[in-house]
Amino acid sequence: MIANLWTVLGEWPELATGFLNTLWICALSGVLSLILAVSVSLLLVLGRSTVRRVTQAIVDVLRAIPFLMLLFIVYYCLPAVHVRLSRWTCGLSALIFYNTAYFAEILRGAWAHLPHEQEEAGRAFGHAGLGLYRRIILPQILIAAGPVLGNQMITLVKNSAFLMVITIPDLTFMANQVQSIYFVPLEAMLVAVALYWLICSSIEWTVRRMDQIALVRGHE
Amino acid sequence: MAWTSLLSELAKGTVVTLTVSLAGIAAGMLSGLALALVRVGRVPVAAQAVTAYVSIIRATPMVTLALLIFFGMPALGVRMSPVLAAIVIISINTSVFQAEIWRASILDFPRGQLDAAHAGGMTSALTFRRIVFPQVWRASLPALVNEMTLVIKGSPAIAVIGVVDLTRVAVRWTTVTYEPIPPFLTATVIYVVVVMCLIRVQRSIERRIVARYGIL
Repeated sequence: MIANLWTVLGEWPELATGFLNTLWICALSGVLSLILAVSVSLLLVLGRSTVRRVTQAIVDVLRAIPFLMLLFIVYYCLPAVHVRLSRWTCGLSALIFYNTAYFAEILRGAWAHLPHEQEEAGRAFGHAGLGLYRRIILPQILIAAGPVLGNQMITLVKNSAFLMVITIPDLTFMANQVQSIYFVPLEAMLVAVALYWLICSSIEWTVRRMDQIALVRGHE
Repeated sequence: MAWTSLLSELAKGTVVTLTVSLAGIAAGMLSGLALALVRVGRVPVAAQAVTAYVSIIRATPMVTLALLIFFGMPALGVRMSPVLAAIVIISINTSVFQAEIWRASILDFPRGQLDAAHAGGMTSALTFRRIVFPQVWRASLPALVNEMTLVIKGSPAIAVIGVVDLTRVAVRWTTVTYEPIPPFLTATVIYVVVVMCLIRVQRSIERRIVARYGIL
């Protein structure tokens, strides 16, 4: 086992490539889906009834299907209607699209729980429209939803491993490469597991730090 | 013709997805309870080991876990069929989440009832079986049903190790007929229906508990 572990660690450039790919894929998808989710949550809360219902239905369906299902739909079904995307575009857009639904629903929930007085006080001080949203509502939603968004970020990292099935060289894919070359399945995957644990623990730690900062600044 | 055979294939896949998920959940429920009890009971060394184990498995993607178990276990001399491996994978994955659910409701349990049970002459085992477990079970049930939806959504990972579940049936159909849209859309509808049903079940359980006991 120890000898096999050295074999795996000897392939560290492969594993490092996979690790870095997973990192940037998750970071990019996380940031982009958060930005998208903010706009989608506006539709979910303020949209006119038809728009709101259609958006909510799309969000609900996305939250009810497995990520691999969406990935395959993007990967197999889009070419059938003559939309050809590279596997990277497929993978990233599926990940962003899927995660946006979850983020948007989390933001909608946080907004629903925001005390109404906040908005009224904002209006009383002359805030209105986008300014009111940007300065009063959004910051509080983000702080309140912080821990849940963090958990969803961890789910995003774990879903990103599905990208290996469309041969995107992420951490799981590269670990699987290493295991199939030397046939060291246990050790190769254990190293991958350790690296995933590192990523997820850092996210947890960041969320806890942010929570402490929010607490110091007077948010519960 | 094509539609009926597609539907019967997808139905078989659905049965595989549901049986494997349910078997995994049942096994995960028991092992999750065991993990939670070790942690709550502060069993020396074992409690720390369980904490580390829970933390690691919670951070492990289902696919990575699937590859680890399916390829790694034979290297340790344990051979498993893909379906058995799938049940093991799902139960390992869900057990750590279920352990957290159990732990939360055990920690919430009012201590006064324990003292009352002891004063009434009950042994610890009897107290757990007759007093603690029924209430903890009730408090955990909605979260456990919620965990089922998460398991169903993670279950396509077992398609990667060759189990012909709902997702893999759709992929197979596509590679044979070159028509991806019918199988994938139908499979999507099936997943949505299954998950929505589970959410309904969860809501109705919550309502019944509130109606009968006043609180969740």
